[in-house]
Amino acid sequence: MRVPLSWLREYVDLPATETGRDVQARLVSAGLEVETVERLGADLKGPLVVGKVLTIEELEGFKKPIRFCTVDVGTANGTGEPQEIVCGARNFAVGDKVVVVLPGAVLPGGFAISARKTYGKVSHGMICSGDELGMGDDGSGGIIVLSPEHEAGTDAIALLELVDEVLDIAVTPDRGYCLSMRGVARETAIAYGLPLRDPALIDTPAPNAYGHPVKVADPVGCSRFTARTVTGIDPEARSPIWLTRRLQKAGMRPVSLAVDITNYVMLELGQPLHAYDRSRLEGPIGVRRARSGEKITTLDGAKRVLDPEDLVITDDRGPIGLAGVMGGADTEIADPVADPGTGEVTGTTEVVIEAAHFDAITIARAARRHKLPSEASKRFERGVDPEATAAAAQRTADLLVLLAGGSAEAGVTEVIAPSAPHTVAMPADHPDRVAGVDYGRETVVRRLQQIGCDVYGQDELVVTVPSWRPDLREPNDLAEEVIRLEGYENLPSTLPTPPAGRGLTERQRLHRRVGRALAGAGYVEALNYPFLGDAALDALGLPADDDRRRTVTLANPLSDEEPALRTTLLPGLLAALRRNDGRGSHDLALFETGLVFRATGEETVPARLPVDRRPADEQLATLDAALPRQPRHAAVVLAGAREQAGWWGRGRPADWADAVEAARGVAREAGAELLVRAGQYEPWHPGRCAALFVTVDGVETPVGHAGELHPRAVKALGLPARTCAMELDLDLLERAGTGPLRAPRISAYPVATQDVALVVPAEVPAVEVERALREGAGELLESLRLFDVFTGEQIGAGHKSLAYALRFRAADRTLTVEEATAARDAAVALAAERTGAVLRGA
Amino acid sequence: MSAPNKSYDPVEVEALKPEEIERMRDEALAAFAAAGDLDALAHAKTAHTSGTSPLALANREIGALPPQAKAEAGKRVGQARGAVSKALAARQTELEAERDARVLVEEAVDVTLPYDRVPAGARHPLTTFMERVADVFVAMGYEIAEGPEAEAEWFNFDALNFVPDHPARQMQDTFFVRGPEGTAADESGVVLRTHTSPVQARTLIDREPPVYVVCPGRVYRTDELDATHTPVFHQIELLAVDEGLTMADLKGTLDHMVRELFGPGMKTRLRPNFFPFTEPSAEMDMVCYVCRGESVGNPDRPCRTCGSEGWIELGGCGMVNPKVLTACGVDPRKYSGFAFGFGIERMLMFRHNVEDMRDMVEGDVRFTRPFGMEI
Repeated sequence: MRVPLSWLREYVDLPATETGRDVQARLVSAGLEVETVERLGADLKGPLVVGKVLTIEELEGFKKPIRFCTVDVGTANGTGEPQEIVCGARNFAVGDKVVVVLPGAVLPGGFAISARKTYGKVSHGMICSGDELGMGDDGSGGIIVLSPEHEAGTDAIALLELVDEVLDIAVTPDRGYCLSMRGVARETAIAYGLPLRDPALIDTPAPNAYGHPVKVADPVGCSRFTARTVTGIDPEARSPIWLTRRLQKAGMRPVSLAVDITNYVMLELGQPLHAYDRSRLEGPIGVRRARSGEKITTLDGAKRVLDPEDLVITDDRGPIGLAGVMGGADTEIADPVADPGTGEVTGTTEVVIEAAHFDAITIARAARRHKLPSEASKRFERGVDPEATAAAAQRTADLLVLLAGGSAEAGVTEVIAPSAPHTVAMPADHPDRVAGVDYGRETVVRRLQQIGCDVYGQDELVVTVPSWRPDLREPNDLAEEVIRLEGYENLPSTLPTPPAGRGLTERQRLHRRVGRALAGAGYVEALNYPFLGDAALDALGLPADDDRRRTVTLANPLSDEEPALRTTLLPGLLAALRRNDGRGSHDLALFETGLVFRATGEETVPARLPVDRRPADEQLATLDAALPRQPRHAAVVLAGAREQAGWWGRGRPADWADAVEAARGVAREAGAELLVRAGQYEPWHPGRCAALFVTVDGVETPVGHAGELHPRAVKALGLPARTCAMELDLDLLERAGTGPLRAPRISAYPVATQDVALVVPAEVPAVEVERALREGAGELLESLRLFDVFTGEQIGAGHKSLAYALRFRAADRTLTVEEATAARDAAVALAAERTGAVLRGA
Repeated sequence: MSAPNKSYDPVEVEALKPEEIERMRDEALAAFAAAGDLDALAHAKTAHTSGTSPLALANREIGALPPQAKAEAGKRVGQARGAVSKALAARQTELEAERDARVLVEEAVDVTLPYDRVPAGARHPLTTFMERVADVFVAMGYEIAEGPEAEAEWFNFDALNFVPDHPARQMQDTFFVRGPEGTAADESGVVLRTHTSPVQARTLIDREPPVYVVCPGRVYRTDELDATHTPVFHQIELLAVDEGLTMADLKGTLDHMVRELFGPGMKTRLRPNFFPFTEPSAEMDMVCYVCRGESVGNPDRPCRTCGSEGWIELGGCGMVNPKVLTACGVDPRKYSGFAFGFGIERMLMFRHNVEDMRDMVEGDVRFTRPFGMEI
């Protein structure tokens, strides 16, 4: 809502020294979000005057038509001589009154005016358009032509009300009444402790039987309908400057007098109005729901198919308006048209004014259904004062009489559905208890009365809320009114003490630990959007039946290319990797932890649950059944060098082993034992893919994959060669945790070291050999480490040699060489039995 | 050892003359002093202290002396040998110190050489900042609550008093999840949560008051990415429900938070506003972190962070709407509560002078790396 300060002063006698900023501060503190204060004409400097066009000479030979004019500007130019001005506009004629800016003036935007040579003439000033004066669109598309009564030489800055301040207020959905000057004026008056001149407090005639007939078939959708008729309107009458200026400052475009008046009254009182050309109405006005298949052409020229839920205004022909949203073209006020022969102007001369109150939700749905948010629907959605229809109709009629020479007919139609004012019962100290402040009953009552409530009772108050505040339904609503008017800034600051808390959950701690561990290992966290398209999954090379293709999709994605939610973290991370690579960072290690979305295939649509009580557990279960699974994953991607080359020596490229080690690191943080096997899983290289498992509740469970990416995926995604990746299900890992660690026993006896080199067939996984060695060595084995893998002629084709260092130690004695050797031999024997290992050199 | 001799020849014990002993001693001392390094000293040591050195040989001659002369000669030789070994030890120490000093100099390196063999990793500042905020409250006894990002509409809207068709619900720019085959596009009953507030509702449904939780997390709105907007962003939400909680408690909790995060002297301001799930509701501002309010009315010192307003808008807050308590099975006659929530991106932007939202979104390592492990 744009509120011109000059207009606001009409209802509240603000001190003359109050600036827009001052008013802003007061209103903000009272809870109106005044976003900006626009200072219209702040940098404007005259002379800017009314001029009368004396002569027009058309200049030839230029790309566009140019006029050389002489203009009478009275004595404003100091000489009284006609002012010579070059002008490119054409919407004026000799004798017209125009707005002239003279040399020495400054127009909005710091545009200084001086005499200058142009099109072979010297132009001593400019004939102005509304745009140039910062007035906003006046619909004329050219320079301003004033009505003839204004004297040449009159100061146009005052005439056109060019200097003003406009408060732009973002009205929250609960304060529909502030979508009007009346509402903002009320808040201003309270904020300043000044009386309000309520523009809705005007005399209205009692309804009678002579008004235009109205039949309301749906009193729920339309609880009030006031109709008034004005006849004898002069179609030539134009909106006066004050009216167009107020509309412009409020952000509306002047159209025609009758329309301007309905808009003006809407801005003033908050009551949307509609004016029908009576000559185009056929029979009584009706209000009902639309019938299936009915159509209407609205004022914007769009033909719309109506929905049975739409509330429509009808006449004998059918729908003539979408109630509370937009009128129909059939009964629209006609623009004045001048007959080219006689010069006679024809147009609407009789109107029926509609001031009605419509149901907020009905209007909200209709506006949304037809994608037609209008000034009217915006107000009805947020709640309009139902008691204001009579005053708004009267005000409209008055202005039509005053400005258009019409006369108001005596007939007054009012259809009113019975209703009672809303009352709220509230303990008098309720605001005190909400705020934690002792306001006392007197303050509470006074504040509630200020906003228009009637208050009765002592300790228990019965509060009747004003008709323009449909948002005040509950005691807390009233408490807010009291507290905000007493000033949020005056609330004390106290710190409540919660009961002892339990700190972070294991899942939360694990999440943090994993992040720290990966960052500690050199990975940089990237938080990627979870949006995904088929293209990304295709590029990964996922088979058609891959689980990760069973995505959850959005009904309204930002991009149709990415309508789905991620089932894996890799596409996002790999995109980030490619982006970094493209920006010149080539040695990359990135990680992400976050939710992925897995369609269960069994999602159901939950019924709408109640909100007036806690839904039953079974009902709540239906909500969760509608949701996809959302496990938290951790993933890394690597490319380029894992270790940089430098003065210390050579670098080392990132490889599959780094990816697997990242998985091991994450598993260590979870306290889970990670089993690594050779795997084949897109998008990994089939020979360099580790399938990762953990034991959950005694069952070996796949938890993720790690390794080098498939060259095809690397190519399809435009990634650096040999890009590696790892992805794990963190929630599963958490469940695989083995609980509190049992501390190792540390023996102080000497260690006995034995090295063995075992030759095994190349396809035997090292993990198998190691497991056999550990088992075979028994409990004397303290540690075992693979320190070399060797292939070559000496070993024989298709074989590899694995060299292990075994360290033996006993808890209670120094081992003899014989004991250590026996343990080693047992280890080798078991490895030989399980894996065909042969002791090298044996 | 030579046998005791009954008769001796004074001529044969020339070597034990005092001046001879003195000469041997002086020669040894001179040789040690002349030794320029440990090797030379080892030579001199052999020459002057070994079994075949002149003093050792002279010592052997003592047995040849008449008994009455033995004591005197023994004393003389002993003193000389003592002086020699003392001088040797001293010179040995001296030369070793010299050698050590030289080797350490030779082994010196340029300790200013850079070392970025494995460049440091980092956690994203949004993550660490969210943790930092949460930890302020965890330290007070609050717990961290979490919830799904694809969320039931009932939790995201209905339970929070966002009435269907209410403008507030339309204003949320919601991503709707497509339902099973045959359901209308936006009627699956599932949305990407538009705020972290559904976690409030879940918590109240799951727990008995008193409830004191913070809910950090990712949220979604259908905004296009630009310098100040992102469709995927982060919020942290606080909820306290207990007997007798007031707006003053809300204010105190906010004040505590901004002091913990931005330093002593920080404070907040509440302005009335509207949110369906709180009543009364407020917009919360904090004193500008950069200018501390000193740019207000001071054109010489404009502040870009707050636009010289002196205050920075943080987010929304208020007293939990009793309707929310009711929908979650909490008796509003017995309990009251307060809640607030704000965007992490925004706070990070001004706390760390981030100029473009995209920097926090794109995952560029050059942006994230300097933030390290904690913030």
